[in-house]
Amino acid sequence: MVALYPGPIEVGGIRLKNHLLLAAGILGTTGASLARLLHNGAGGVVTKSIGPSPKEGHPGPCLIVVDGGIINAMGLPNPSAAFADELAGLQGEPVIVSIFGGTPEEFRTVAGWFAGTASGLELNLSCPHAEGYGAAIGSDPVLVEECTRAVASLGVPTWVKLTPNVADIGEIGAAAERGGADAIVAVNTLKAMRISTALRRPVLGNRFGGLSGKAIFPVAVRCVYDLYEACSIPVIGCGGVSTADNVVEMMMAGASAVEIGSAVIDDIDIFAAIAKDLYSHDGIDAREIVGCAHA
Amino acid sequence: MHEQMPAGVTITEIVEETPSIRTFVFDREIAARPGQFVMVWVPGVDEIPMALSSPSSITVQKVGDATAALFAMREGDRIGIRGPYGNGFTVSGRTLAVAGGVGASPLLPLITTGQVDTFLLGARTASELLFADRIRDAATLMIATDDGTAGHHGFVTQLMSRVDLADFSHVCVCGPEVMMTAVLTVLDREGCAERGQFSLHRYMKCGVGLCGSCCTDPHGLRVCRDGPVFSGDVLLGSEFGRYARDASGSRHRV
Repeated sequence: MVALYPGPIEVGGIRLKNHLLLAAGILGTTGASLARLLHNGAGGVVTKSIGPSPKEGHPGPCLIVVDGGIINAMGLPNPSAAFADELAGLQGEPVIVSIFGGTPEEFRTVAGWFAGTASGLELNLSCPHAEGYGAAIGSDPVLVEECTRAVASLGVPTWVKLTPNVADIGEIGAAAERGGADAIVAVNTLKAMRISTALRRPVLGNRFGGLSGKAIFPVAVRCVYDLYEACSIPVIGCGGVSTADNVVEMMMAGASAVEIGSAVIDDIDIFAAIAKDLYSHDGIDAREIVGCAHA
Repeated sequence: MHEQMPAGVTITEIVEETPSIRTFVFDREIAARPGQFVMVWVPGVDEIPMALSSPSSITVQKVGDATAALFAMREGDRIGIRGPYGNGFTVSGRTLAVAGGVGASPLLPLITTGQVDTFLLGARTASELLFADRIRDAATLMIATDDGTAGHHGFVTQLMSRVDLADFSHVCVCGPEVMMTAVLTVLDREGCAERGQFSLHRYMKCGVGLCGSCCTDPHGLRVCRDGPVFSGDVLLGSEFGRYARDASGSRHRV
């Protein structure tokens, strides 16, 4: 396997400690848990998605562990503007605040709360199970461009996280780029559901949710590959990454960095474990392999 | 990680333990360590974390929507269970247990496996004392009630002055957070906070250490996965006894 040279990098206008970021929605509710992941080897962290007003989320069950992955329907629970208090102890750390809204104006309002303190913002245009938010907006290129512009015009590094639940993800990525995005994150979860045969009803309180984890890695690789062709801004690969070899594969598809989420279920020290396998002082510059599979 | 779909179980027996607490027995045994919990799915309502009071039961106080829906259920009704989750209590040698109200529930498996020597049990009033008879059969039981209708008239923590803490290798504690905080204060004053094992309650969504709803300050420890039982020395200087987060992640005083 290819080994990479360690050290800080810059991707999409944000300086990171390494190529491995904590994905949005995983242990991102408190400043302390984000600090724990940074301490445990994450090169940067993305917070839980924050929106225009506090939300409690969907009724449970909110998450089920299935073969090869996890299906969740959290329902975007968040404390809204009060979340700024959680970040007070993380000044200067590579913290990217995930934000959502129902309109470009709402995105801009939420972005404004964090524009001065966060390293950057990640627009959640991809949550598949929150009516009127996330993928409801993220599958419309016009809305994607408008929401991206509303945030990027604040001058803060702006990443846009996309849903794979669209016919042509390249078209959506291109819309984000036109709106001024500094990077694209691909992908959020895939629409999914399971039914309890014993109780004869869907398990999730929201009935359906989004699948993450190893099962979606091939889908994510393909989306990253498509976006690398369709866009000229960096792509951050997300979806089922759980080994150093997965990181290298994502990079060869076109990812400049990766986000890791579900793999935390097996090991909260997953970032340090992957970094140990991925980096070597006689390794190569990651830029030598980013997109190399597009030969 | 292997598939963990909720198991459908049938409620076979409902025991009214006190006027406000019921035990729901179901038709499946779950191999668990004392103090571990399960996620209980009340179909159409919600899913909540609940300690196992035996391999096939949960003991519940009505506090919200899901527990109210459980209280409306009858024998023969079905619920979903996934787990067991969390670390549970780990004891060896002489053990003191301190419980308040429904907090006796996660401690009951320690009693039934003969791992508790002395049990300090508190409740608001005599009729709310949980599992007193079963505890008395297996350990030295000391009782306190807020209104003085049984045992010591006052808080269960005041009973701690009647035992010699040096006699015990472990002090396992579960109850209202203000009560547990008082126990921790006593242990800390005696210089043995590390001997305390406190079973915490925090709002939870996933139960498997991913979503972050139950993370505590200042170390980011997950109650569902790193806990729910924490050593007293880990809790000193933490959010424990001061605040907790709700479903949205907003902080509230406890």
